[in-house]
Amino acid sequence: MRHIISVLMENEAGALSRVAGLFSARGYNIESLTVAPTNDETLSRMTLVTRGDDQIIEQIQKQLNKLIDVVKVTDLSEARHIEREIALVKVETRGGDREEVKRMADIFRGRIIDVTDSTYTIELTGNGEKIDAFLEAMGSMPVTEVVRSGALGIGRGARSLQA
Amino acid sequence: MNLSGAEIIVESLANEGVDYLFGYPGGAVLHIYDALDQQQKVEHVLVRHEQGAVHAADGYARSTGKPGVVLVTSGPGATNAVTGIATAHLDSIPMVVLTGQVHSNLIGNDAFQEVDSVGITRPCVKHNFLVKNVEDLAETLKKAFYIATTGRPGPVVVDIPKDVTDPNVKIPFEYPEHIDMRSYNPTRKGHPGQIRRAVEMMLSARRPMIYTGGGVVLGRAAESLTELTRKLGYPITNTLMGLGGYPADDHQFLGMLGMHGTYEANMGMHHADVLIAIGARFDDRVTGNLEKFCPNARIVHVDVDPSSISKNVKVDVPIVGEVDDVLRDMLRVLDETGGEPDRESLDAWWKQIEEWRSADCLSYKGSDEVIKPQFVLEKAYEITRGEAFVTSDVGQHQMWAAQYYRFNKPYRWINSGGLGTMGFGLPAAMGAQLGNPGADVMCVTGEGSIQMNIQELSTCLQYGLPVKIVCLNNRYLGMVRQWQEFFYQGRYAMSYMEALPDFVKLAESYGHVGMRIEKPGEVEGALKEAFAMKDRLVFLDFVTDETENVYPMIPAGAGQNEMILV
Repeated sequence: MRHIISVLMENEAGALSRVAGLFSARGYNIESLTVAPTNDETLSRMTLVTRGDDQIIEQIQKQLNKLIDVVKVTDLSEARHIEREIALVKVETRGGDREEVKRMADIFRGRIIDVTDSTYTIELTGNGEKIDAFLEAMGSMPVTEVVRSGALGIGRGARSLQA
Repeated sequence: MNLSGAEIIVESLANEGVDYLFGYPGGAVLHIYDALDQQQKVEHVLVRHEQGAVHAADGYARSTGKPGVVLVTSGPGATNAVTGIATAHLDSIPMVVLTGQVHSNLIGNDAFQEVDSVGITRPCVKHNFLVKNVEDLAETLKKAFYIATTGRPGPVVVDIPKDVTDPNVKIPFEYPEHIDMRSYNPTRKGHPGQIRRAVEMMLSARRPMIYTGGGVVLGRAAESLTELTRKLGYPITNTLMGLGGYPADDHQFLGMLGMHGTYEANMGMHHADVLIAIGARFDDRVTGNLEKFCPNARIVHVDVDPSSISKNVKVDVPIVGEVDDVLRDMLRVLDETGGEPDRESLDAWWKQIEEWRSADCLSYKGSDEVIKPQFVLEKAYEITRGEAFVTSDVGQHQMWAAQYYRFNKPYRWINSGGLGTMGFGLPAAMGAQLGNPGADVMCVTGEGSIQMNIQELSTCLQYGLPVKIVCLNNRYLGMVRQWQEFFYQGRYAMSYMEALPDFVKLAESYGHVGMRIEKPGEVEGALKEAFAMKDRLVFLDFVTDETENVYPMIPAGAGQNEMILV
């Protein structure tokens, strides 16, 4: 099963490598990992997407909690939550494709954030599935670059992860 | 009081009550050595190799319960220490290792004797720090000791660039009395509801087994464990790391369990209906094939580390907390509820266990011609009255020591159970001897292992450490030879130790006493003579039977009821 795990950790040098090292040393899978400081500059928030059965997910959470720099861990997938990912997609636009690319970006509520004679760069936000669907829909278009942030997640309602 | 970084380190160690610092100097730590030289509170022990320093600190920690402390230089000093750090990590030994680092402004430049110590040690420490400012030094050291010694203990590395110890930069010093970390709060007390459930399950047992590990020793819970076990009247077994957690001479003790455990302990585990696991982690050398492990048991598991629970084996009643606190709470619940075990079932269970015990799985064929290794350990146990601190290296001799030296008290059995580090025994014995002056300290080793840190014989002379080295010399890497005999049709690839030194002369050239013992009739006399030399290190080179194997044995992949007896 796919799980989205949020980690609140001390904003210290090396904290990220402790997490990455833990996953590789214990053979856990990482689909994506994002990390940045929070509104409290002493804390970083990490969002991890991983897969595993219940026992593995339980171990992942326990092992993350065991890291000294980790303040809080939660499995967002356990309750209602929102997941977002941002993608920047560069497409070559020559001839008649230009209109079609613009239309496709509109359909997916993407924005064109950079334009040249021969390229569009599209910014797209949504959950991972939506971005997958957009890239699939782009099908035959000459996509030259895709940059994805990896998933970010937050619990719905009053549920929040705090130190 | 204004102090330099180097002085802050020394003062902080003194504040932590550190009496011995095991180390080896080098460029990056010279300021610290200069500060050490100008005080008397912390005594530095100069080893002959950094690995020896870490194992010595480890032996000190295991035999005293206090953290071991190490100081090494940058680069090769730090990398030489890594095996020792990993050894301590796998056995959860409290330790603080200070590594020198190159000058801050050289970090990352491939400077002379530079290595990323924090990166290299990250997977084998409980935590590590790089101190970038002298202002952070005292607090970081306080954190290091706090983390190393609380919760599930473990080694903490503090990497200190040379400029942070600059004698010309002095800052006000005050050692923090208390430290509070929002990200680290180990659980002390077990959950009361879980404790009640556990006690109920324990009392409902018809065929109970108590299975305890190193957590009982590290958690200073031997007393409460003994009280609870006696009160219940249940059979108990210890892991290799847990020996001494319950008196081995006691009737309720079934011996060690696992790959080379006793028949009665392993059969008892296999047939148990309630398993009470305390401070143990269901290691593969204990469980054998997980699919065949304790097929009928409901399991209570007490451990201070939540990640140990349900890692290998799913348990029914998990309790996270300090083992001693939980055991005392269990005793209280038993008293309050007046609950009693099912005596009738228990009698039948003991009858069955006695039947297994009567197989006498540790019996061996004695000899008048050739020295049997088991015999040496039995005699050593008798002569030291089971009171010695026994360190060991890794291999057959380690298993024989665990089987034939009966540990009645905690802290007496000091071995590398998790990592299985050859070369551990002699330096660990140095630490145990320094921590327990006047006590008998014996290093059980083989001709293979002892050569991995033989240089420490020199340290023993310098500090007057009268360790007794019991070398079971069978001219083979015995455990490797045993596996080759069993599983590789007797093709003894690289397990024969050729070109051995004359250990008697070797010991003498280091300034010690050496003895070579070749006949069974000489064993007892030699051991008595050696242990009577209270102020001398004696190297006892026992020429033992090279064909002897460690029995019983659960082959890898088999279940606990599938032992090879002899």
